[in-house]
Amino acid sequence: MPEALRLALAIAGKDIRAELRSRTALLSAVVFAALVLVVFNFARDPTVLAATDLAPSVLWVTFALAAMVALNRAFTIEREHGALDGLLLAPVPRGSLFLGKLLANLAFVGAVEAVTLPLFVLFFNVDLAAALPGIIGVTALATIGFVSVGTIFSAMAVRTRFAELMLPVLLLPFMVPPLIGAVQVTSRLLAGRPLSEMLGWLRLLAVYDVVFVTLCTMAFAAVVDE
Amino acid sequence: MTATDTARALARRGLRISATALVGLAGVYVLALVYTPIEARQGMAQKIFYLHVPAAWCALLAFSLVGITSALYLWLMDPRLDRFAAASAEVGVAFGAVMLTTGPIWAKPIWGTWWTWDARLTLTLFLFFLFIGYLALRASVHDPSERARFSAVVGILGMLLVPFIHLSVYLFRTLHPQPVVLKPSAPSLPPEMLRTLLVSTLVFTLLYVGLVTMRYGLSLAEEARDEAADAAG
Repeated sequence: MPEALRLALAIAGKDIRAELRSRTALLSAVVFAALVLVVFNFARDPTVLAATDLAPSVLWVTFALAAMVALNRAFTIEREHGALDGLLLAPVPRGSLFLGKLLANLAFVGAVEAVTLPLFVLFFNVDLAAALPGIIGVTALATIGFVSVGTIFSAMAVRTRFAELMLPVLLLPFMVPPLIGAVQVTSRLLAGRPLSEMLGWLRLLAVYDVVFVTLCTMAFAAVVDE
Repeated sequence: MTATDTARALARRGLRISATALVGLAGVYVLALVYTPIEARQGMAQKIFYLHVPAAWCALLAFSLVGITSALYLWLMDPRLDRFAAASAEVGVAFGAVMLTTGPIWAKPIWGTWWTWDARLTLTLFLFFLFIGYLALRASVHDPSERARFSAVVGILGMLLVPFIHLSVYLFRTLHPQPVVLKPSAPSLPPEMLRTLLVSTLVFTLLYVGLVTMRYGLSLAEEARDEAADAAG
């Protein structure tokens, strides 16, 4: 197992290095997330609806859209110059390959989320201080689940026509349970509710992560191997 | 017998079964309008039950079979399983459309609203979207073996998604009528209504079998055509 993990980390490292050298995708995704937040601010009538009532849904819709943009990029870079064929020729178990891609995507989506969160506080004037550890925790829990499904779908989507359209159509239904859970937990955290009221949702998010990370790791070979 | 002959024979058999089912459907309309009593509180609006419930049953049957055959495909790699999953998904989407249109028509006079974000409605709506995505994916992959593998993966993941969507929307109090037939105690329906529902469910299932058989035959014919085109050019 440590060998499989080492290989996964090597693949994730390669992706993160490639991303840090160009930075274009990361920057565009961050700018995209900021723009979504700005648009949301104009879509709301501040005299009718308090920012805190809308805040959890705004935050999570922004995260979901930004993740979609980020995931579209994951295998597009592998398609250019036949990079994926090179990667598949390497003596790496498919499970490790998937985990490596998943880790890189998580780092990428996590970075976008880390920039979006302060912008969200700034634009929507929400006091996060007390709830911050909880929000980081639930963000991690929800993100792992949908990024893992998104990673396997983006590997498929790049092989299709209309790749940029195919990923959201396939992935959005799979984002529903993590997003509902995350919005529910976030609004309870912002309202300062006790942990017992969120436990059911947190359990759902954790089970979702376990089921889909395991399943996607197993199914990845069927996607990339001819 | 060539592949084209087999395809043609299957499509013809499917057509015969579907035609029989459509005649049966006319019979269901007669039964629903003449034989069954008018429900005391809902009036004539309740009659849609005899179409809505069997359509929902067929849609869910179709989607479950896509999930099962997808899992079997990745294990056995038998192209027949893939062809069946494709046919079942297409027919399932058609039945899903019937379910999702008859539902609101009934809900407007009875609930006073076309749509509500109730657990069961939300689940079936997302299943419907999921299978439209499944068909869109199939349509956009050219290589047959790649298409089969990709759609099998989506089919399996979709099957596992169902309990999660159900759990996550269940917390909103459900408005949907509770089951009246498939429940632990005896069905709480007058015998005429129950008989009509059973007949209708049989007719719809027959229609499902007919349409899937036709679609399967069509897939075979398409494959034979593509092979012939490859051989020629």
